[in-house]
Amino acid sequence: MPEPEAAAVSAVAPLPAAVPELGDGPARRLGLLFWLSAGWLALIVLAAVLARWIPGLPSPTETGVGPARQAPTAQHLLGTDSLGRDMLARTIYGARVSLVVGFTSITAGLLVGGALGVLAGYYRGRFEAVVMGAMDVLLAFPALVLALALVSFLGPRLGTVSLAIAILSVAPIARVIRANTLTFAQREFVLAARTLGAKNRRIIVSELLPNVLPAALSFALVAVAVAIVAEGALAFLGLSVPAPQPTWGSMINEGRTLLQQAPHISFVPSGAMFLTVLALNFAGDSLRARFDAREGRL
Amino acid sequence: MSARFLLKKLVQLVPVLFAVSALSFLLLNLLPGDPTVAIHGPTATQESRTRLRHELDLDKPLPARYATWLGHSVTGDLGKSYVSNQPTTEALKQRLPVSLELLLLSQLLALAVAIPLAILAALRPNRLLDRVSTGSAFGLLAIPNFMLGVLLIYLFAVRLHLFPATGYTRFTENPAENLRSLVLPAVTLGAAELAVYLRLLRTDLIATLQEDFITMAKAKGLPTWRILLRHALRPSTFSLVTVAGLNLGRLIGGAFVVEYLFALPGIGALTVESIFKRDYIVVQGTVLLVAVAYVLANFCVDLFYGFLDPRVRHARA
Amino acid sequence: MTEPLLDVIGLSTSFPTERGLVRAVDGVSLGIERGQTLGIVGESGSGKTVLSRSIMGLLPASARREGQVLFEGQDLAALSARDLRDIWGAEIAMVFQDPMTSLNPVVRIGRQITESLRHHLRLDKETAKEDAVALLKSVGIPEPRRRFDEYPHQLSGGMRQRVTIAIALACGPKLLLADEPTTALDVTVQAQILDLLEAKRRERHMAMILVTHDLGVVAGRTDEILVMYAGRVVERAPTYTLFTDMKMPYTESLMASIPRIEQPSHTRLRAIGGRPPDLAAPPVGCRFAPRCPYVRPKCTVEEPPLLPAPTPGHVYRCWYPVGT
Repeated sequence: MPEPEAAAVSAVAPLPAAVPELGDGPARRLGLLFWLSAGWLALIVLAAVLARWIPGLPSPTETGVGPARQAPTAQHLLGTDSLGRDMLARTIYGARVSLVVGFTSITAGLLVGGALGVLAGYYRGRFEAVVMGAMDVLLAFPALVLALALVSFLGPRLGTVSLAIAILSVAPIARVIRANTLTFAQREFVLAARTLGAKNRRIIVSELLPNVLPAALSFALVAVAVAIVAEGALAFLGLSVPAPQPTWGSMINEGRTLLQQAPHISFVPSGAMFLTVLALNFAGDSLRARFDAREGRL
Repeated sequence: MSARFLLKKLVQLVPVLFAVSALSFLLLNLLPGDPTVAIHGPTATQESRTRLRHELDLDKPLPARYATWLGHSVTGDLGKSYVSNQPTTEALKQRLPVSLELLLLSQLLALAVAIPLAILAALRPNRLLDRVSTGSAFGLLAIPNFMLGVLLIYLFAVRLHLFPATGYTRFTENPAENLRSLVLPAVTLGAAELAVYLRLLRTDLIATLQEDFITMAKAKGLPTWRILLRHALRPSTFSLVTVAGLNLGRLIGGAFVVEYLFALPGIGALTVESIFKRDYIVVQGTVLLVAVAYVLANFCVDLFYGFLDPRVRHARA
Repeated sequence: MTEPLLDVIGLSTSFPTERGLVRAVDGVSLGIERGQTLGIVGESGSGKTVLSRSIMGLLPASARREGQVLFEGQDLAALSARDLRDIWGAEIAMVFQDPMTSLNPVVRIGRQITESLRHHLRLDKETAKEDAVALLKSVGIPEPRRRFDEYPHQLSGGMRQRVTIAIALACGPKLLLADEPTTALDVTVQAQILDLLEAKRRERHMAMILVTHDLGVVAGRTDEILVMYAGRVVERAPTYTLFTDMKMPYTESLMASIPRIEQPSHTRLRAIGGRPPDLAAPPVGCRFAPRCPYVRPKCTVEEPPLLPAPTPGHVYRCWYPVGT
């Protein structure tokens, strides 16, 4: 596809741009904001995993544990929703869905898209043309519409949502990984390995992957954020994991009609999603800046 | 720009369009779930369903169906909705202006804010304005559009009663109301684009401002505004224009969450409704339209880019 | 004696860096009259480019400048940015080293000339175009009318440099600063460009400052030569005097390193050993002492001032000049 695509990709997915982004300047060390982001992520993951064992946390699906639509109080730290369910519990259990979908879909996408990208970037030629052409066709599709259709027809479940998002992530991931691989595959150390008679497989595993992986990882974090937003959008439309399991997107949707009386019903899950996405973006960007900086010093 | 270049690009376009149409068709026809059940309901008799299957050609083999469908699509016949019996092309024609208007407004808004901000930020990099705007852009990107929409509705419709929360008035009926009903959706949609454009242009401008020809322009004694607009902005806008162009293509059907949230009768909303109603034909039609629009937009941007940047233009000639 | 067009008194320019304050130009004084050519010679890092930019005032915001730059009696260093801009292009013009990067690649050549004309001389579009075409012709560009509408990448390197010269000359400046104008060009083209500059200077009775690292460039084309080392002027003399009666060992080393056509083939080229000093922490005493073949104890202790030589207009900075 045309070079402007590259501009578009590097504008939206910050990798591996020749253009310095947010992290330019003294980005050699991982700053305070990075650790704050990492802290929030750790907190939320822990809360989601250990939810059942958090003392005093009511069930997220039990109605009437408190008066309905109540703003945050000491008893219900994040208030209650229209059916009297505890918002804090719902938010934490909702995090489970977001995190599971986010990480599994992107892991799957990385495995498939990453493999395709590395192979395309290394072998070039017709293989690359065919693979990238297929990716271009996939990218031409309105992503979320595809996800909607898939989930809607296959039945809204955790598995189908993750699958749909995973399928959608393959093309953009393959693109970025390929671009990244290209910059390394043309370097001299690869050429050197080749002249030493190393097999292709060995070159890919021992020379290319260690270089592509760190940058791919930081990109993956940002991709997880996008996946979480995608799941949120699907949930907002009612097409993610069905009730009574709480998800951030569906909670935001539920609170939509109650903005006048009880805005916190929409804003609490919004805040949680926003912070998580922000933290993932920031962590990914900081890592990328750090790896790019190291690159520059070479 | 040479004819040969144009031809080459056109030739590359055709297989992509084919692949896209095939994929649209396959996707929806290979999914499980019997449309006849969805249309006639679970109480439908075997007979009526068989009749319906025959009517809708569902008993013919896949490749034949694809060929028929493709043939009809090219002539503008995208079938009729299972549910409402309305020809899809009709529905699309009705809804296209709404989506287009939303799209254009959002991009204009985004550019109108991003360009001056980026210029100011690039003039004094790493100072207050720059840090604040870059940070805000970063934050904006983290807000999913449905969340932003809800927030804006809360602030401006519920609290301040400035704009309607949902609904749409046609431009021909009442231009003022029309614009009012589109403000919040346009801002919602444009916010993310704003962030992208701002980051892109700012970085590009900063890089351009360090070039020698800028120093030379200064040495000619030209005023700052002239150097900015005439010398610095021009090379920096190339990537901006291409991204904006690609966005136009992408967003024609991709704004459906925003359309759904604000109850705008656009193409995106149609797609969502049709998916819910299992109205395959319509979904196929809209997916095809959107995908083709995106591919064509890509194509035009590619051509246009060669036209904009004189270095590329002459290299290809 | 006519009043000098340009009189630089004690000019110093420093930049704050991580290593400390770097004094790229340290206490330089010079003067030039209308119709004269001054050559400034030095290695990379000697401060010659910073000097030419400092004279103009074309420095980044972080630079600190001291001293006076009197142009027709007016101190440029004390002028506001707006007033400076009125002088740039119209009274003082600059020709840069690399025409590929100093011309805007996406703006047509004609436009790059006419914008100066229209801004400073307030010419209308048609007159500016005619003037620009005439300028292109006068700098030796064939088919000037066609070239007017072309982009920089459509011309060869030598042509592009001619264009930058045309741009510099457009508004009839009194002083032309040429910063390594031929370094980025092919050897065959270099002489043409230098001859063009000389012809234009004579034609317009301009003053010209020619900055270069190449002594061969300034020989025979300048009235006076200034030799710079580590930010300081180390010798200044009328050209003929410099070549025949140089006093500073550095100048002698520079001269010796020029390859000469009369030398037998395979003669080893003489280079000056060592490297220029770190300008953030210049050495005590004479700055050239670490590399000087005639160094003596006094040189490493006390920095010599500029001392006058017998010939008028000749000064040098050395305790033990060549010939003693």
